[in-house]
Amino acid sequence: MTILKTLATAALALGLATGMASAESHGEPTKVGFIYVGPVGDYGWSYQHDQGRIAVEEHFGDKVETTFIESVPEGDSERAIRQLAQSGHDIIFTTSFGYMTPTNRVAAQFPDVKFEHATGYQRNTPNVSTYSGRFYEGRTVQGIIAGHMTETNTIGYIASFPIPEVIRGINASYLAAKSVNPDVEFKIIWVSTWFDPGKEADAANALIEQGADVILQHTDSTAPLTIAEERGIYGFGQASDMLEFGPNSRLSSIIDDWAPYYISRVQAVMDGTWESQDTWHGIDEGMTSIGSFNPVIPAAVRKQAMDAAIQIAAGNLHPFTGPINKQDGTPWLAEGETADDGTLLGMNFYVEGIEGSIPN
Amino acid sequence: MDLSSLDPIALIVSLVIAATPLVLAATGELLVEKSGVLNLGVEGMMVMGAIAGFIAAVETGTPFLGFLFAAIAGALLACVFGVLTQVFLSNQVATGLALTLFGLGLSALLGQSYTGMRPPQTERADIPVLSDLPVIGPVVFSYDWIVYFSLFLVLAVWFFLNKTRGGLVLRAVGESHDAAHALGYKVILIRLGAIAFGGACAGLGGAYLSLVRVPQWSEGMTAGIGWIALAIVVFASWKPGRVILGAWLFGGVTILQLNMQALNVPIRAEYLSMTPYLMTIIVLVIMSSDRRRAALNAPASLGRVFHASS
Repeated sequence: MTILKTLATAALALGLATGMASAESHGEPTKVGFIYVGPVGDYGWSYQHDQGRIAVEEHFGDKVETTFIESVPEGDSERAIRQLAQSGHDIIFTTSFGYMTPTNRVAAQFPDVKFEHATGYQRNTPNVSTYSGRFYEGRTVQGIIAGHMTETNTIGYIASFPIPEVIRGINASYLAAKSVNPDVEFKIIWVSTWFDPGKEADAANALIEQGADVILQHTDSTAPLTIAEERGIYGFGQASDMLEFGPNSRLSSIIDDWAPYYISRVQAVMDGTWESQDTWHGIDEGMTSIGSFNPVIPAAVRKQAMDAAIQIAAGNLHPFTGPINKQDGTPWLAEGETADDGTLLGMNFYVEGIEGSIPN
Repeated sequence: MDLSSLDPIALIVSLVIAATPLVLAATGELLVEKSGVLNLGVEGMMVMGAIAGFIAAVETGTPFLGFLFAAIAGALLACVFGVLTQVFLSNQVATGLALTLFGLGLSALLGQSYTGMRPPQTERADIPVLSDLPVIGPVVFSYDWIVYFSLFLVLAVWFFLNKTRGGLVLRAVGESHDAAHALGYKVILIRLGAIAFGGACAGLGGAYLSLVRVPQWSEGMTAGIGWIALAIVVFASWKPGRVILGAWLFGGVTILQLNMQALNVPIRAEYLSMTPYLMTIIVLVIMSSDRRRAALNAPASLGRVFHASS
């Protein structure tokens, strides 16, 4: 493995060296770095972050210079983050939950570099910000559609890692599906990866074998939607629209729109107004947006789903509104009570009605 | 928990499909290693096969041509490795790793305009009477032709290695390239041939992934199965028949694990996921505990650089 590391480091150094060479010819552009967990061509999570990076380049033109490193394993990310910090980047976006500790560790050593960590909660030094989308708002919309569209009353869910963000999505979609279809049942498979098309496809097939006719996914590849298309069932786009991967099977999608946030944060660095903060934006601000609806969805369902999105954006509807019990039956939220962000950010339990246990 | 909804037939069918890329890639790598060459670039050759096969299948509308081009692309990439390691005597481990990085990058570049497309469907065997038999029909006679081809390939490699003169020569090269060279055999040519064959097999395995198992192209879609194929060769202790066993074990555990979760069986997924790796370690320990047995299996010249003058 040391050889692999040496090679990768050499390749990285080479890439960064050429990057720096062209930086000098443009005067002093702001250098913006990105670390992605998957390939930019995953057409899901990493793809959307890269769309944000491209938007930054288009917005600022010569005044910025962006670098990205893709397919960086979470367990081995510190080296990549440090490389970007050492090579003169002014702001570095690290875009996977598992980069949290490495990001904070590197940030402590580079006080002059700004760090932005997506989906995390640790801001140990004043040069670290965190940001994320309220994807669970989109999950509520998906749950309403899925609850109506399932004929077997079985909804499959392909989950990645048992972190609060994923558990929140499962709970939000389950509550919404249950609210429109009391007989609905969730079958959940944890695949322990963000990106592995083969395994995600196998998981989708296993869920279909077990009777699921609508599949939700919280992994980054388009494989589950492709399988849904092939087997004639329904699925949803995840992180990006994914329409072309399931022209018939895709019911809707959750689209992560990072571009406005990235532009505003880079602007803050240029203006010298950048400060450590925590951003958690939803449908209202547009960081979480809902993709177009498949025409097979009945008009009444479309209207109900759209209304939910509008009410959530307006602040009139909270996806987690009591009464809600935890899976073991203990009360969580009383009648009319809504969940606070702190509980949501650390969510580590299923709500009542979901079967199975969360792996640890 | 309701085990009655677990359909063993569907389970076996998905197991075989999940295992086929592994069978193909591992069989090719086995022959390469038998000739004394360690090519760690399996992942890179697989992903090249995945994109080359996908492009050819989409452009021609014929899955067969897809698989053919996948094999050619895998073999071509392997030849780069072959020339570097056999002619220019570069380090096999480093060159193999570089091949993986190169394959991942090149395939991403080639595949840019092919995302979101659907490949033509690979035909499934539909044998009159046989495919309609209960149980046996779906379990044995329901696959696409590549599955049968992969099993035939294992048989062919076994036959070649153990029953033919050519196989004997190839093994001799893998055991002691100096002795083989002294006897007048073309060590480098034989190894180049084995490397190209291994690349073709890896390419086929990759194409099976992009044309059958997940009928789509996405960057880096092999997601590490090339490395598992390498592990299976060791697990199989360089015996072709055991490659099938190893691939089905790896594939089976993955499929079983996913189905168990869908069924809500209270077995920790982590235990099932690590089973194949644990078994590989156990096999390695057993093999290395007996010097003679280890010597019988691992090719003695594996990974060593050959130069005719030394």
